[in-house]
Amino acid sequence: MSERTLYDKVWDRHRVTELPNGQDQLFVGLHLIHEVTSPQAFAMLDERDLEVAFPERNYATTDHIAPTEAGKRERPLVDSEAEEMLSALERNVTESGITFFGLDSGKQGITHVVAPELGLSRPGMTVACGDSHTSTHGAFGSIGIGVGTSQIRDILATGCIAAEKQRVRRIEVEGSLGAGVYAKDIILKIIQELGVDGGVGHVYEYGGPAIRELEMEGRLAVCNMSIEGGARAGYINPDETTYEYLRGREYAPEGEAFERRRADWESLRSDEDAEYDDVVTVDVDGMDPLVTWGINPGQVIELSEPVPRPDSFDARSDREAAERALSHMDLTPGESMLGYDVDVAFLGTCTNGRVSDFEVAAEILSGRTVDDDVRALAVPGSETVRRRCEKRGLDETFIEAGFQWRRAGCSMCLAMNNDSLEGTEVCASSSNRNFVGRQGSKEGRTVLMSPAMVAAAAVTGEVTDPRRFVDDTARTVSAADVEVAE
Amino acid sequence: MSDDQVVRQVSGTGVPIPGDDIDTDQILPARFMKEVTFDNMARYLFYDARREDGSRNDHPLNRFEGASIAVVNQNFGCGSSREHAPQAMMRWGVDGVVGESFAEIFRDNCKSLGMPVVTADHGAVVSLQEWLEENPDGQVTVDVEDGAVCYDERTVEGQIDDAMREALLGGVWDTTALMYSNRSKVEQTVADLPYVDSR
Repeated sequence: MSERTLYDKVWDRHRVTELPNGQDQLFVGLHLIHEVTSPQAFAMLDERDLEVAFPERNYATTDHIAPTEAGKRERPLVDSEAEEMLSALERNVTESGITFFGLDSGKQGITHVVAPELGLSRPGMTVACGDSHTSTHGAFGSIGIGVGTSQIRDILATGCIAAEKQRVRRIEVEGSLGAGVYAKDIILKIIQELGVDGGVGHVYEYGGPAIRELEMEGRLAVCNMSIEGGARAGYINPDETTYEYLRGREYAPEGEAFERRRADWESLRSDEDAEYDDVVTVDVDGMDPLVTWGINPGQVIELSEPVPRPDSFDARSDREAAERALSHMDLTPGESMLGYDVDVAFLGTCTNGRVSDFEVAAEILSGRTVDDDVRALAVPGSETVRRRCEKRGLDETFIEAGFQWRRAGCSMCLAMNNDSLEGTEVCASSSNRNFVGRQGSKEGRTVLMSPAMVAAAAVTGEVTDPRRFVDDTARTVSAADVEVAE
Repeated sequence: MSDDQVVRQVSGTGVPIPGDDIDTDQILPARFMKEVTFDNMARYLFYDARREDGSRNDHPLNRFEGASIAVVNQNFGCGSSREHAPQAMMRWGVDGVVGESFAEIFRDNCKSLGMPVVTADHGAVVSLQEWLEENPDGQVTVDVEDGAVCYDERTVEGQIDDAMREALLGGVWDTTALMYSNRSKVEQTVADLPYVDSR
């Protein structure tokens, strides 16, 4: 078992007692609530005549069903099912005295974008939400755990979850990123190397030079996709980058209190001599941008690699998965993903819906236009992100290029509002899951990539090396460099 | 903690659901989560996978109506944390799941529902799936105590996670009741947390 890691220290601090089933009862310091997975939990509480135990530790917003077209956000919502969910949430949080960031609050957005930017997520906390991407919050040096609805009931009623400690895997990310290569590429590389179930039973501690160099928004993107690697939680030890990000945020401590908290946060870092269950090294020096070719996030390659042959995989299950993926994506082994036709460009989500993501994309879009055959959506992860982007005039860059500039929500990541793929459309997406049907059409095809590559794909109408637009001197690859004859 | 929550074994006919990395978006497509209760979830189970051009195809769930034991492969239930997925399975009639491996949140959600999840090796799972295809009326029994899966006078050695075994055998899988009784201990833990204002 691990010892003296941040995970151990934070776990111990929140451990209430051991339960008769052998699990630990763990206090949840921050519980985030949205409309899709919570109404059933509130109903269970009602059935048992229980009240919310720690309303001040809970914050709610609406994201999954939130309409992203400005005209469709008026109440009652045109979509009656969405209206029912939103009304239920409003009723539940009002009755329980839980702070709610509603559609008109100016702070609404995706839980995993909102809590970090408001300073609600801080080092040393346990954070839970009925959403698997709660791993995002680990970027601050906390334990972020996605939970199911019965566990939401547990948290509402008791402030706690029942959980078992996981093994801790240190992932040492060596090297430094070249121009046009981003945090998203790091996490895709890690998933390529360790697999979509490599992290089951583990928490990932990301560290090393390439992680240290990342700004907070990049760290959030890395931790966000821990779950795509099978790890329920992933975290990064807090450092100056973390503290500077938090300073001045609405819910962050102020003045002397901040300094006191900072000393405590510093003490929570994994010790120099911490023991890990295992350590894995991933080298990103000279790495090319990554792109998925298949139907799970582990089916991913660097742009310099061809689409793999199924028989290149050792495991039977990987070979079968590759066959299914090639058929769904209509790809042939040996092809390059460069030049793969794109119908939709989607920029946003809890992975890449933050200000820096829109900045990177806007730099590429500036003075260029979206390909005629591409519909392009820019969906800020929160209303705060939207406002900040608009203050910098980024919205104009997107609109002039031919993007639709939307309001905040989960949008086409999982198409629970009306933003959806149609038929066999291919989507260049800054989201986190390329599962069949994920973006709303069972024949639809999702290609995961960084925001820069989404912008490049929007302009060219095909998967494109974003470095062509980012830096004249950067190495780029073309399809001809990659393709191998069958 | 009541006796009626004790789960010692589950049994019935089985349904093979072959394939690795079956994610919760396949088990319960997101567009069907726009309801405030789980009541209707059974009708959306594997909704897209079970249909071709609008009518039902030969997906196992269309052929094995009434089955109680789902038999699956690797990394079943990966992806989203939606409890809608195991809720839909339970409401469709599944009482227990046997598979090669499971995503963690999915397994946790099953535990919350008192639905045992047992793992067995690849060969054993595939043999069971093949036998089910031949024997749709055959009985399968999953023993929670030792994780054994019995069918056709065969016994497959299965593994069940410790917490799940204890929870099901002790009838203590409803963790709200368990944890609610520890309120004073929770207050102590909270009092020592530097970031929580004293209450």
